[in-house]
Amino acid sequence: MSWILVTPLLVPFATAIAAFLLRHRPAGAWISVAGSAAALAASIVLLTAVLQQGVVAGQMGGWPAPFGITLVADRLSAVMVVITAITGLAVALYATAEVTERMRYLGFHALFQVLLAGVTGAFLTGDIFNLYVWFEVMLISSFGLLILGGRPAQIDGGIKYVTINLISTIFFLSATGLLYGMTGSLNMADLSQLIPRVENQGLITVVAMMFMVAFGIKAAVFPLFFWLPASYHTPAFSVSAVFAGLLTKVGVYALIRVFTLIFDHDTGYTHTVLLWVACLTMVTGVLGAAAQMDFRKILSFHIISQIGYMILGLALLTPLALAGAVFYLVHHIIVKANLFLVAGVAERLTGSTALGRIGGLYTHAPLLALLFLIPAFSLAGFPPLSGFWAKYVLVKASLDIEHWIAAAVALAVGLLTIFSMTKIWGEAFWPPHPDGVEPKLSRLTRAERWRLLTPIAALATMTVIIGLFPQPFITFAEGAAAQLLDKTAYVDAVLGAQE
Amino acid sequence: MKSLILRVATRYLAALLLIFSLYLLLRGHNEPGGGFIGGLVGATAFVLHAIACGTAEARAALRVQPQTIAVTGLAVALVAGLVPAFSGDAFLTGEWLFLFAEDGGKGIPLSTPLMFDTGVYLVVLGAILTLVLAMEEEI
Repeated sequence: MSWILVTPLLVPFATAIAAFLLRHRPAGAWISVAGSAAALAASIVLLTAVLQQGVVAGQMGGWPAPFGITLVADRLSAVMVVITAITGLAVALYATAEVTERMRYLGFHALFQVLLAGVTGAFLTGDIFNLYVWFEVMLISSFGLLILGGRPAQIDGGIKYVTINLISTIFFLSATGLLYGMTGSLNMADLSQLIPRVENQGLITVVAMMFMVAFGIKAAVFPLFFWLPASYHTPAFSVSAVFAGLLTKVGVYALIRVFTLIFDHDTGYTHTVLLWVACLTMVTGVLGAAAQMDFRKILSFHIISQIGYMILGLALLTPLALAGAVFYLVHHIIVKANLFLVAGVAERLTGSTALGRIGGLYTHAPLLALLFLIPAFSLAGFPPLSGFWAKYVLVKASLDIEHWIAAAVALAVGLLTIFSMTKIWGEAFWPPHPDGVEPKLSRLTRAERWRLLTPIAALATMTVIIGLFPQPFITFAEGAAAQLLDKTAYVDAVLGAQE
Repeated sequence: MKSLILRVATRYLAALLLIFSLYLLLRGHNEPGGGFIGGLVGATAFVLHAIACGTAEARAALRVQPQTIAVTGLAVALVAGLVPAFSGDAFLTGEWLFLFAEDGGKGIPLSTPLMFDTGVYLVVLGAILTLVLAMEEEI
C-alpha cells in the first residue's frame, strides 16, 4: 500500500539523478521528459486508488503513526499530485526547446525535477514537520532555478524571493515548535485529535495565525505578496511557468489542509480573517495587474488575485465553497502555467515582453493568438471555459450563505481580469509590431515549434475539456470537500494504518 | 585572505573538522548527531580551506565537483530507501546486516539507516560547497 504513495516522489528524485549524470548531452533534457511522464503515470495510479478506497495512508520506515513518517493521500492531495505531474510534463517538454546548453550543464533539469519532488512531497505528507522539510526542498531548488543564468535582474529577484521565504520559514518553524510544545505531536491527524484537548485555546489561535502568516507568504496573499511580482518575471519562461502554476498553490494547499484539519476550533475568528484577506488579495492583485505594462508582470499580479478566490473558498468553509476552491486550484494551475508558456513563445517571436515594444502576433501567428485566448478567457471566467465554472461555484457558494460582499468582489475582480487580458491582447496581439517585425511562427525551427506549442495546446485542450464537461470535475471536487470537512476518514486512515 | 596564521591553523582545523564530522555521522544513529549536522561540519572544513587558500585549492582538495557529491549522496539515500522493497517492507524501513556476528555478539552492524545518513551527509556537504564556492568565486 505504502509504495503507491511513495513512487510519485521517488520518480522525480531518480530522474533528477539521471538528468544530472546526462547534463553534458541533449539526452539530459529528454530524461526529464521521460521521468515526468513516469511520474504522471505513478500519480494517476495513486489517484485511482484514492477514488476506489478513499483516503490512502502509509507509514514510511515502518514506524507507526504518530511517531513515524506518514504519507497520506486524500482526494485533494491526489489530484494536486496529478496536476503537478501534468504541469511537470508540459514544462519539461517546453524546456527541451527553451533551456540553453549552458543552463542544462549547470543542472537545470536536475533542479527542476527536485522542485517537482518537493511540491509532490508537500502535497503527500501527513506530518507538519515534514511539510516544513518539503518547503525547504522547494525553496532550495527554486532558488537555484531562479538564478540559473546569472543575469543581475535574476539575482535581484532571487534575493528578494529567498529573503521573504526565509521569514516565512521562521514563522513556520516557530509555530511548529509551539504546537509541539503544547500537544507533543506533529502528525497532522494526531494534532486534529489533540488540539481540542489543549487547555489554553487562545494560544492555539495565536499559533494558527502564525501558520497563516507563514503559508500566506508562500501563497502570496495580501499583504504578504510583494516578493512575487518582484521575482517571477526574471527567470527562464519554463521556470516562471512552473513557479506560477505550482509554487504559490502549495501555500494555498497548506492553508486549506491546516485550516480544515487542525485549526477549525475558532472559525469565527480565523476564517473571518481569511475572508478579508481573500477579498483584499483579489482586489489588490487585479489592480496591481492593471498598472503593469509587461506581459509576465501582468500575469504575475493575476496569480495573486486568483489566489484570493481559492482563499475565499476556504474562508467560507461550506461544502460548496471548498469544492469551489479545489476546482479553482486545478483549473488555475493549468491555465496559469499555460499563459506563461504562451508569453515565452511571444517573447521568442517578438523579441520582448514589454507590451509597448511588441505586437503583430494576431496577424502573423494566429495559432498562438488562439492558444492565448483560451487560457486568458478562462482566467477571466468566460463561459464555457474552466474558469467560468470555478468562479460560478465560488460566487454561488457566497450567495448561498448571503455573503454579498464576497460575491460582489469576486464578480468585479473577474471583470477587471478581462480588462488586463484585453490589454495584453490589445498591445501584443492586435496592433502591428512597432519595429515592423513579422512575428511568424515559421521563425522557429520545426522542432522548436513542436516542443513549444505541443504543451501549450495540450494544456489549452484540458481547459476546454474541463469547461465543456465540468460535471465530473465538480463531483470530484465535492467529494474532496466532503473529505476535508469530515475529518474521520483522514484520521482513521492515518492512525488506523499501523501495520 | 593572505594570512599565514589562518593557513597554518586551517591545515590542522580542517583535518579535525573532517574527523569530527565523521564522528557526528556515526554517532547520529542513537545519539544527537547524524548526516545533516555531520555534512555541515564537513563542509566547514572545505569552506575554511577556501577562505584561507582560495577556492581553486579547495576544489583541488575536494577532487570531485561538489554538485557530483550532492547527486551521489541523493542516489545513495534513494537506494537506502529502496532496499526494504526486496523484503516487502515500507520505503525507508531499516534493514540490518550483522557482519562476523558470533553467538551473543552483534559483530559489525551495518544498516540502511546508516547508508541513508551517509547519503544525507554527502547531499549536505555537496550542496553547501556548491553554493559557498560559487559565491566565493563571484565575489
